[in-house]
Amino acid sequence: MKRREFLTIPRAALGGTLLYTLAGEAFRVQAQDGNVKVPLRFFTAEEARIVSAACARIFPSDASGPGATEAGVVIFIDRQLAGPYGRDKYRYTKGPFVESFPEHGYQAKENPRETYRAGIKTLGDFAALPPAEQDARLVAIEQSHFFQLLRTHTIEGMFCDPMHGGNAGLIGWQLIGYPGPQMSYRNEIDKHFGQPYRPKPASLQQIMGRPGQPWEDEKD
Amino acid sequence: MPVWIGLLARKGSESELMTNLKPVDVAIIGGGWTGLLMAKEITAKTPLSVTVFERGGPRKTSDYAVTMDELDHNIRMRMMQNTAEETITHRHSTKNMAVPVRQYGSFNPGTGVGGAGEHWGGASFRYLPDIFTLRTHLTQKHGPAKLSADLAVQDWGVTYDELEPLYWKSEQLMGISGKAGNLRGKKIDGGNVFEGPRQQEYPTPPLKRSYASSMFEDAVLKLGYHPYPTPAANLSETYKNPDGITRAGCAYCGHCQRYGCMVGAKAQPTNTLMPVLATRKNFQLRTGSWVRRIVHKDGRATGIQFTDASGEEFFQPAATVLLASFTLNNTRLLALSKIGAPYDPIARTGTLGRNLTHQVSVNTRVFFDKPLNAFMGAGSLGARISDFDGDVGLTGAEDGLLRVGMIAVGSNGEGPIGSFGTMPQGVSKSNWGADWKKASLAWKDRSASIGMAGEHMAYRQNYMDLDPTYTDKFGDPLLRFTLDWTDHEYKQREFAAQIQARIAREMGAKFDEGKPSRARYNVINYQSTHIQGGAIMGLSPETSVVNRYLQHWNMPNLFVIGASAFPHNAAPNPTLTVLALTYWAADAMIGRYFKHPEALA
Repeated sequence: MKRREFLTIPRAALGGTLLYTLAGEAFRVQAQDGNVKVPLRFFTAEEARIVSAACARIFPSDASGPGATEAGVVIFIDRQLAGPYGRDKYRYTKGPFVESFPEHGYQAKENPRETYRAGIKTLGDFAALPPAEQDARLVAIEQSHFFQLLRTHTIEGMFCDPMHGGNAGLIGWQLIGYPGPQMSYRNEIDKHFGQPYRPKPASLQQIMGRPGQPWEDEKD
Repeated sequence: MPVWIGLLARKGSESELMTNLKPVDVAIIGGGWTGLLMAKEITAKTPLSVTVFERGGPRKTSDYAVTMDELDHNIRMRMMQNTAEETITHRHSTKNMAVPVRQYGSFNPGTGVGGAGEHWGGASFRYLPDIFTLRTHLTQKHGPAKLSADLAVQDWGVTYDELEPLYWKSEQLMGISGKAGNLRGKKIDGGNVFEGPRQQEYPTPPLKRSYASSMFEDAVLKLGYHPYPTPAANLSETYKNPDGITRAGCAYCGHCQRYGCMVGAKAQPTNTLMPVLATRKNFQLRTGSWVRRIVHKDGRATGIQFTDASGEEFFQPAATVLLASFTLNNTRLLALSKIGAPYDPIARTGTLGRNLTHQVSVNTRVFFDKPLNAFMGAGSLGARISDFDGDVGLTGAEDGLLRVGMIAVGSNGEGPIGSFGTMPQGVSKSNWGADWKKASLAWKDRSASIGMAGEHMAYRQNYMDLDPTYTDKFGDPLLRFTLDWTDHEYKQREFAAQIQARIAREMGAKFDEGKPSRARYNVINYQSTHIQGGAIMGLSPETSVVNRYLQHWNMPNLFVIGASAFPHNAAPNPTLTVLALTYWAADAMIGRYFKHPEALA
């Protein structure tokens, strides 16, 4: 059996309630010297470091607020790739695979796991580079399918429900003032015209009092 | 008792072992709005045994309690038909090779009990009266010489006046929330004054007004147009329908289209039809039953052949077969079963697959300096104008433009993932990185979209047939679309974009000016799940697949129900018309056909 890989993150780097975010595997989180070790489902530790560094350039942590690092975006992506989405369980993958018009979308055979595995290799020693060189390397692959997935997944990991492993501590929702999947706005929908209405964010589990069933946990 | 039947003979095997089931009176293919409504009508008014075959799984309101999750539902399309098992292929013209739609997509077919009726938005319009006689209308208005030889619109064989009482039954079934604009000929401000005459006011009053819809209404009133609230199957208040089914009012939670409703406020087959059917002794529902062929002999259907979830194959004998799945599968199953002559767009022969239509749309994104709290909403919450629907707003001076559509703003509930990064063009050079992040945050919750839902007319060259290359999980050919926009659709968009710009200016909004692109048909970007045609209704077997009662011209004990029967698309969402036509066919079946099961027309 493959040795389980972990992503080691400084505790302080992650937003808020880490244990909540990692609810699916809460007891496997091990704290050491202010670090947390997150068990990885798909990436190797080295791959996770590279993806994490790239996501931090796509959605940086800066004066305008927290970013991909604090939200745990890499954990989100790891889980997506490990689940049915990552292996194209729900995409039509029969051949022949032919080049077609852009209006036909992604037509290639490679599933997201394969796209990441190959794409990460093209980033080389990415995690060790200074930010300006990291950006240059990303600009060079901007048009690739890999980069487009990476960018899309970074936004998803910032603002998804925390049951998917991203948006740690609801930090993404706090950043944009999204209140989470509230049960009812019946008394609010026709009020607050032109004024911000920003109830305190809550996750699906907090609102419903029981956990949701994220698709990535679907058994094969 | 197992019997040998050679229906699915493949290379190397003459026939297959199949289990023969006990005959039923009526076998219905598809457990969505049309199939279950047919079952409800037939089991209420006849003692006939009815079995519905649904290839997806069972569903009920309580399944939706913990599903308000944008990622899995709105982005990964968790409720939709699994494209890995079956999809369609698309090409722009007969000159190209079609490729598969590998993931959704410009439309989202449903699966499971309730079908797309579970995850729809709930917009519930009547069509303009002239839609049903469009060929006659356009010929009278413009003269036959002005109409392109490729224009394939036809009269439906049924009229608005015939459907009016059935529209009303459909509105009552779902409790539609709205405001009448034409009550027995009397025009009423605040409703759609361009609609056909209605005999009754809507069952429930309109939904509340969102900020976006109030701004839109104020602006269009100043421009002299006639705004009205989008008629909605998302109830404005608690409602009890004629079947005694009570549903709650909408909570405006913003998780509607692409989600099931956790409180049952949105009319769905599972909360509106299934509770009634559950009490009927002559009704059966078989989930996980994938119908592969309609079996027929000597011009009559003898039953259906299906594969269950474990892979076992069955033959279900039936006296009458109702094909009531989505437009795509209605057309495909007829083709796979070799019922009717496939349409050939070059020779202009055959009928099966002709008149494929989708929806013509164009959107103008409008930006404000104030927040809209756009995470609140309901699937059909919004305001619109029909001043340019059909040819109402055309003077005749528009070069070649025959029909346009409705212009609307909606508050459907924006998700935090899908809406992030929405900003006026040119604000950020990149679509990632620090500057982009800063701009995205500055423009968050500052925008709405003024859209057009446009009529899509039918053309000779847009059609469906079986793909010669790609197959489904069983090895059966996929359905192939040959579909592209024509000059008329580009003109519709350009015309509508000008109206949208006028409204945007009046709203005081910032927006991106310029002509809409003349891009080819695109299978990636969502447009609507309004796919019509393939098994169209009409007055002659030369030009249609089913007669005016949705009965197959070549096979009297087979009816094909759904938007597959629409000879062309109207601007509004099709569900209410699909339901009205279902009642229309059910009345003909129950009143005449079951007494004498032969051709009705």
